[in-house]
Amino acid sequence: MSGSALLAADSSCHLNSGCGFPAPDATIFTYDAIWQFDIAGLTFHISKPMIMLWVAAAVVVIFFVLAFRKAVVVPRGIQNIGEMGYLFVRDGIARDTIGAKGDPFVPMLFSFFFFVWVLNFMSIVPFLQFPVTSRFAIPLAFAVLVYLLWVPLGVKRQGAGSFFKAMTMPPDVPKAMYVLLIPIEILSNFIVRPFTHSVRLFANMFAGHMLIVTFSVATWYLLSPSVIGILGSAASFTVTVGLTAFEMLIQALQAYVFTLLAAVYINDAVNAH
Amino acid sequence: MSSMVTLSEVTGSLGSIGYGLAAIGPGIGVGIIFGQGVQAIARQPEAYGVIRQNMILGFALTEALALIGFVAPFVFGK
Repeated sequence: MSGSALLAADSSCHLNSGCGFPAPDATIFTYDAIWQFDIAGLTFHISKPMIMLWVAAAVVVIFFVLAFRKAVVVPRGIQNIGEMGYLFVRDGIARDTIGAKGDPFVPMLFSFFFFVWVLNFMSIVPFLQFPVTSRFAIPLAFAVLVYLLWVPLGVKRQGAGSFFKAMTMPPDVPKAMYVLLIPIEILSNFIVRPFTHSVRLFANMFAGHMLIVTFSVATWYLLSPSVIGILGSAASFTVTVGLTAFEMLIQALQAYVFTLLAAVYINDAVNAH
Repeated sequence: MSSMVTLSEVTGSLGSIGYGLAAIGPGIGVGIIFGQGVQAIARQPEAYGVIRQNMILGFALTEALALIGFVAPFVFGK
């Protein structure tokens, strides 16, 4: 087990024992391959985050299959929870953002929301304790998927000319300003957009995990036979618990924001403005 | 300019200073967003759903800047 647990437990550093604070760095986000194999000259590395990715996918699929397998008009038990989640995405994200045309995109937004949420939530599940979305490739892949959806969709629904005109030429602007505006709009709407979309999720999860690890390591490091050590250790532990609760909020919020932004981008494509 | 003399130098945890600087703008921004959002909800409680959604969206867009400031020292540091 790498990450916080190993870092804190293997270190015999304590306050006043003559060694400095073993501050965690970005290496806590890299895992060695548990198993590797070659297919057609490519080496595949199976590591802990990758297995967690599969587990998360399985958890989401199994949960909602169980919830909706025997759907009845008056829901009972697990179907209530499933319907709450579905209605939250449909009414709170798709219909509020895209409007009536948003309904065909609900299954995709629904999958994104719950998959990202479970991936984020793994940050505070004992023994997993790693947010899979803090590996940049994963949110980037999601953002690229969304990008590959909304750009062709806009071209198809609005026609290439009017879609790119709507995306790059804001109305009611003096003609001369377009020299400046068009490159900026192209940059922000087509080039930087998938990047910011994924970095937002990645950076939140990275920062949250880093904070929790730092305070966990500090709890262990400060634990030493002195008044300052014991008080500091207790304070660090309290902060760790508080941060864990705060992270639960951030995880749900970031899954919501990621899905909401996907809906906002799809709205640019399907609704001409 | 190979014989440039170093007049002054900054050393230490520059990443922390950088994060502190990076958090100023988003801090002001997030304050404005939630302040105005609460004001809007107080004026029009029936529009709570839409206001909250846009508030969270604006918060996420602003907060991203602070987070990039937090992550950059880890990525580009050393």
